[in-house]
Amino acid sequence: MYLKKITSFMAVALLATIASTAQANTIKWSMKGDSLTLDPHEQNEGPTTMVSRQIYEALVTRGLDMSIEPQLATGWTIENPTTWVFTLRKGVTFHDGSPLTASDVVFSFNRAKSKTSDFKEYIDSVTSVEAVGADKVKLVTEGPNPILLNQISNIFVMSEAWSKANNSAVPGDFNADEKTFASSNANGTGPFKITLREQDTKTVFEKNDGWWGTVEHNLNRIELFPIANSATRVASLLSGEIDIVTDAPVQDLKRIDSSASHTVNSVEQMRTIFLGMDQGSAELRSSNIKGKNPLADKRVRQAFYQAIDIEAIKKKVMRGLSSPAGIITFPGVNGYTTDLDARLPYDPAASKKLLAEAGYDDGFDITLNCPNDRYVNDEAICTAVVGMLGKVGVKVNLFAQTKSTHFQDLKNGLSDFYMLGWGVPTLDSHYVFSFLYDSKGSWNKVGFNNARVDELIQTMVVEVDPGKRNAAIAEAWAIVKDDISYLPLHHQVISWAAKSNVDVPIRPNNEPLFRFATVN
Amino acid sequence: MFSYFLKRIVQSVGVMLCVALLSFSLFNFVGDPINNMVGEETSTEERAELRETLGLNDPIHIQFGRFVANAIQFNFGKSYQLRRPVSELIAERMPATLELVIASSILALGFGVLLGVYTGINRTGILSNFILFVSLAGVSLPTFVIGILLIYIFAVILGILPSFGRGEVVQIGFWRTGLLTASGLKALILPSLTLSLFQMTYIIRLVRAEIVEILQTDYIKFARARGISNHSVYFGHALRNSLIPVVTIAGINIGTLVAFSIITETVFQWPGMGFLFIQAVKFVDIPIMSAYLVFIALVFVAINFIVDILYFLIDPRLRTKNENQDG
Repeated sequence: MYLKKITSFMAVALLATIASTAQANTIKWSMKGDSLTLDPHEQNEGPTTMVSRQIYEALVTRGLDMSIEPQLATGWTIENPTTWVFTLRKGVTFHDGSPLTASDVVFSFNRAKSKTSDFKEYIDSVTSVEAVGADKVKLVTEGPNPILLNQISNIFVMSEAWSKANNSAVPGDFNADEKTFASSNANGTGPFKITLREQDTKTVFEKNDGWWGTVEHNLNRIELFPIANSATRVASLLSGEIDIVTDAPVQDLKRIDSSASHTVNSVEQMRTIFLGMDQGSAELRSSNIKGKNPLADKRVRQAFYQAIDIEAIKKKVMRGLSSPAGIITFPGVNGYTTDLDARLPYDPAASKKLLAEAGYDDGFDITLNCPNDRYVNDEAICTAVVGMLGKVGVKVNLFAQTKSTHFQDLKNGLSDFYMLGWGVPTLDSHYVFSFLYDSKGSWNKVGFNNARVDELIQTMVVEVDPGKRNAAIAEAWAIVKDDISYLPLHHQVISWAAKSNVDVPIRPNNEPLFRFATVN
Repeated sequence: MFSYFLKRIVQSVGVMLCVALLSFSLFNFVGDPINNMVGEETSTEERAELRETLGLNDPIHIQFGRFVANAIQFNFGKSYQLRRPVSELIAERMPATLELVIASSILALGFGVLLGVYTGINRTGILSNFILFVSLAGVSLPTFVIGILLIYIFAVILGILPSFGRGEVVQIGFWRTGLLTASGLKALILPSLTLSLFQMTYIIRLVRAEIVEILQTDYIKFARARGISNHSVYFGHALRNSLIPVVTIAGINIGTLVAFSIITETVFQWPGMGFLFIQAVKFVDIPIMSAYLVFIALVFVAINFIVDILYFLIDPRLRTKNENQDG
């Protein structure tokens, strides 16, 4: 009798699960790496932010077309050039049911500014954050900050009460022995909430029924399965165990696309690959030319530039998935124009002539430092560059190594000639200039030093009039492009591969927004 | 007996100290530890402060002493990337690796002995030659190729087994097991087969050689002369005697399996310690790397220690020799 009851109960339960799975739309998502932590202020790293973006929200955000839209704030006023007041959206609740208040926003900004946060650089211009009444927040910046909205779109808002109650008032600290609760649990305001988290194995997101926004997706569940090995990742997509892969390997795209039940989408990524040429040092470390630096001569840099057959690299190395670049920034960034992005022509004869004019008829030796696990086909691109420069008489030794040691050498100023890629999370040219062209820029490892450019960078920081500011950006690009301070190669193209019935709009920052995804 | 035991312990501790020194030096020679921990924009004062609080300004021997003292309690600090205690991460991943290794060992021993005896008895059969041919491939093909090949056949073409992961898992105390669910068992098949293949082919060839040799010995001839059945000759006499070296090799190789599982775990996204280690290498996450190094060394040292002691108990010659030396 008892047994009968149990079996009938199980039958009902089974029927219920079958019924619910019939309606439930689940997307199984895979990429190379997993999110490192669920704490939205702990690690400023690609996959980590991709996961945070589905569960946490910021005052403003970037929509599908990458333009700034209101999110937790419904609007803002600029009281004076250094004071911004944001009005919070009404009726927003966290996943635990508690309502969003102005003090949560203040808490989150202070948390993101704390010593152990990895997002403090984004808002280092913000000197004070305070609540004005129950639904307004006032931000004061150090000076006028024209790109504040760009920056705060990366500052996710957490619940103050939840964080404090769970020993997570600050992001994880190396000194403390205990881990913070927020690293493996999440309580955001976003359209999805985390219901299961197993690092490197499986993360389950479920639809947040209490979300404030208009629901445009038709999902009940997202399951993230990171798969580190590319071949396995592609195999699990083809076998149907995975619905979408957001970093499909270049060499497998044809094969996936030829499968009737799969489609591949590609878009220009927000990352430009280029070569740095040390023009600031008195002598190159790896060259046979002693007592002077050949790269300090603009003719030599131009000779390098015109010796590169970028179309050949695109065709042979990148299998068509790259777009040749003339500057280190890409479409969609404020300051980008197609004129600036045009390259000097490939012309080995002109290149040889320039080298001869500069006094290097017989060429010279130099070492090219290259990562072998950071960018798409990075080492293969470098190998092609070595061959192309060899044709004009420059003997290049390739030194390819893993990214951590490559970047360490670069930061320590040990590289004469190196590969680097640059993205622009703020979508404003200032980001490129402040790191790569400012004479004190932390990634200016070519020794570029131009007083006028430094001055223009200052204008970009403080000028709030868009017309004047854009004029400064245009002038700065013209100067650095003419100087050939760096040798731009191409903008990377990213590809997502998915089952044909799964539609997740592709975005140039490689970040999916599942609130726009549908399964048919 | 006691002095032999003591000598072995001292040797084991010595080996562990050497490994500890190697693993400690990782912290100081693979880049500046502070650089690995903090972001680009951290100021010099903050760096100096962190350096002081972490004790990096103390003399090297004091730092090493502290490292060993912590390592004995299995405290390797926090992972740079995941910001969680390393001991906790390793404890979390150990069940996955151990289940994989145990399943592989059972497969390797079971099939290895069975096929080894078969090929040893039927030296000229077509099936025997086929098994030996496949076993040659198993020895010579690298693990990741075998793994991808199996995924391609069983997941992509046939679609009957999962290509990655552990399936559904059940948490029992601290142990997260995949052995209690159907999907967990299905997920175990391909990775354990991949990991066991090398071992298995090794055992097949070893057992075969032993059987072939033993079947020509005098006592087998006597047994046959006494009219004992084939079955009893093969399994009662020949197999039992051929197993001694097999057991020794298999025991020592469990350590190798734990270490080899790195590649298998990466191919199948198996969330074990090897996978954790590979991820750590990519990020230069030194606390995890050094803890893994110490852990694997401990596994090898412990197994060797046990095997040495077992030899001593099994082999009377060793015993007398040592007692003579002592006396």
